[in-house]
Amino acid sequence: MTKALKRAGAPLLLLAPSLILVGIFVYGLIAVNFGTSATDIHTAAQTTGREPSGTVWFDNYLDLLGSEAFQHSLKNLLLYTVLFLAGTLLIGFVWAWLLESPIKGEGIFRAVYLFPMAVSFVASGVVWRWLLNSGQDESATGLNRLFQMVGLDFMQNNWWNNVDYGITAIAIPAIWQLSGYVMALFLAGFRGIPYELREAARVDGATTWQLYRHVLFPQLSPIALSALIIIGHMSLKSFDLIMSISKPANYQTKVPAVDMYIFKSSFDYANAAAVGSILLVIVALVVVPYLIRTNRKEK
Amino acid sequence: MVAGSVIAALSLSACSGSSNNEGGGGGGEGGSDEVEVFTWWAAGSEKAGLDALVGVFDEQHPETEFVNGAVAGGAGSAAKDLLQSRLQASDPPDTFQAHAGAELQDYINAGQIEDLSSLYDEFDLREAFPADLVDRLTQDGKIYSIPSNIHRANMLWSNSAVLQDNGIDPNRTYNSLDEWFEDLDALQDAGVTPLSVATAWTQVHLLETILLSDLGAEGYNGLWDGTTDWESSEVTAALEDFERAMSYTNSDRDGLDWPEATQMVIDGNAAFNVMGDWAIAAFEEQGKEYGTDFAAVPVPGTDGVFDFLADSFTLPVGAPHPEGAHAWLETISSLEGQTAFNAAKGSIPARTDADPADFSEYQQSAMESFGQDTIVSSLAHGAAAPVATLNAITDATSKFTTGASDLDAFQSELAAATAAN
Repeated sequence: MTKALKRAGAPLLLLAPSLILVGIFVYGLIAVNFGTSATDIHTAAQTTGREPSGTVWFDNYLDLLGSEAFQHSLKNLLLYTVLFLAGTLLIGFVWAWLLESPIKGEGIFRAVYLFPMAVSFVASGVVWRWLLNSGQDESATGLNRLFQMVGLDFMQNNWWNNVDYGITAIAIPAIWQLSGYVMALFLAGFRGIPYELREAARVDGATTWQLYRHVLFPQLSPIALSALIIIGHMSLKSFDLIMSISKPANYQTKVPAVDMYIFKSSFDYANAAAVGSILLVIVALVVVPYLIRTNRKEK
Repeated sequence: MVAGSVIAALSLSACSGSSNNEGGGGGGEGGSDEVEVFTWWAAGSEKAGLDALVGVFDEQHPETEFVNGAVAGGAGSAAKDLLQSRLQASDPPDTFQAHAGAELQDYINAGQIEDLSSLYDEFDLREAFPADLVDRLTQDGKIYSIPSNIHRANMLWSNSAVLQDNGIDPNRTYNSLDEWFEDLDALQDAGVTPLSVATAWTQVHLLETILLSDLGAEGYNGLWDGTTDWESSEVTAALEDFERAMSYTNSDRDGLDWPEATQMVIDGNAAFNVMGDWAIAAFEEQGKEYGTDFAAVPVPGTDGVFDFLADSFTLPVGAPHPEGAHAWLETISSLEGQTAFNAAKGSIPARTDADPADFSEYQQSAMESFGQDTIVSSLAHGAAAPVATLNAITDATSKFTTGASDLDAFQSELAAATAAN
């Protein structure tokens, strides 16, 4: 027993500060958040204790999930995530594939594709807000104006101002920004495959397509999964890009993160906490299976 | 690099400076050595106004140091968020800017700001401010803030050249919305954007002025004290007018904020815009002349009504330097303070004894209206309803104008938004 303690003692001591800090500031505050979401603190007076507040357990969740407005936000989040994921994975993968066979000036292409990631969502949001201006015909600017100039007038649309699918227009800048990152992931994956495997396949008489289909692509699946998780959880947390293109009060682009912001700024802490918890649960649904899977593999 | 180290040095010295002073204040000197004034006046005419005010403050209270706690960004939303956190953490500034009226309700209910009624007697403000205004500021017999300036929200701005080109008298005033809609129809037929509007809050601003026009001052006030029924047919008619007004507006509205919508009128890309009287700064900055290049009249059907909003200052509970705050409140409510501030900011003094000669032509006309019109409280600017109600109304309006709900649903959502509080 003492022996075991001795062996574990030093590492534990070393880890203790970060364990304690993470325990308080991550898990402790998550617990506080869940606690707040189970109360009826909907006004400023209740937060300072001037008016009584009580525990309502899951009422806030039921109210939120039952409200049409929050369902609209969830639907927007789903649409946004699906398009964002599909777009970045597809474009990132194709770029990586194209760059995979060594070509002249590869470094330049890589830099060009990866560059948008260096720009913050807020900064690119300001530019895309202008590009995605919904004015058409005479008042057109941004992309709509570009379509006019090249004679593609029919492509003009009101972008994110469509109340049903508007949110997908905001996925366009998100895809623009992160495709390069997914490309870099896939490119690293391609480069990580030993050259001998390709040679062996060639010796066995595989065509280029067969080489990709049966030798290279299967080895990329862990990369694809990582990309899916990284982009997926970024999408669920999307707030800054949406806020800098649209406004928090615009109904057409509302997502849960925006709802949380609005609840918080109207002193409705219980509902803000409930939205936060819902987001946390959704992210956990995506990330936890992945963590379990990688954990198993390492064992 | 150099800039970075300079900023670092400045912020270091600022920190040490304030902590020293706090130490002194806490040491029993009564806290009159400094005052931290929390505002969102960080740029443009607002910053100029604040600077002018500080000039007067330094003269009147040389012993008290002014500490600028301005937070820039988001038309005050960044500042309000920070303020909320600071109040929750019991770390209030000595005084903070807030819209006078119902926006203060949350702070009052939470017990975060002090009753200032005694200061109104001490500074003789009940005589200096119009009785209507003092009524509007009073809640349960107490007044929690002192206004530094007054703005008028129900103004209709127009581009004179655009109107003239389409055969409309640029200085025409309208008695009713219907008269105005006829001109808007004519403009639309001529291919001009008749009315520019921007994102959700400006749509609420437009909605508020149309409610005011159709219901009259009394009916409009009733919306906030419960005597006017939101489900009534009069409100339905007003919402129909709002729907019609929105049909004349630019399609890219949700992507714009008020300066861009006003710019459309300045540039002649739109004929009309409904905005508060701060819009005049945008016209004048670009060399446009009031009366010749542009006109400003009350929103049709609201002549004789002054839809007011005001910036005002408070005394938070537990302010570290209450005497500093007292000095600041004295300056902002004094004739000199109000004159200096409003001449620079473009708004008008809340005091009725200010000399019109110190102000511009437009301000003079606004001061005259303020002295004689019926005063009502603005919804979009926090005077008429608490924050949560305003947020719910904004949501419902955005939903309606993007086409996600119909008029019936809109009306019942508005009714629900006001019933909740």
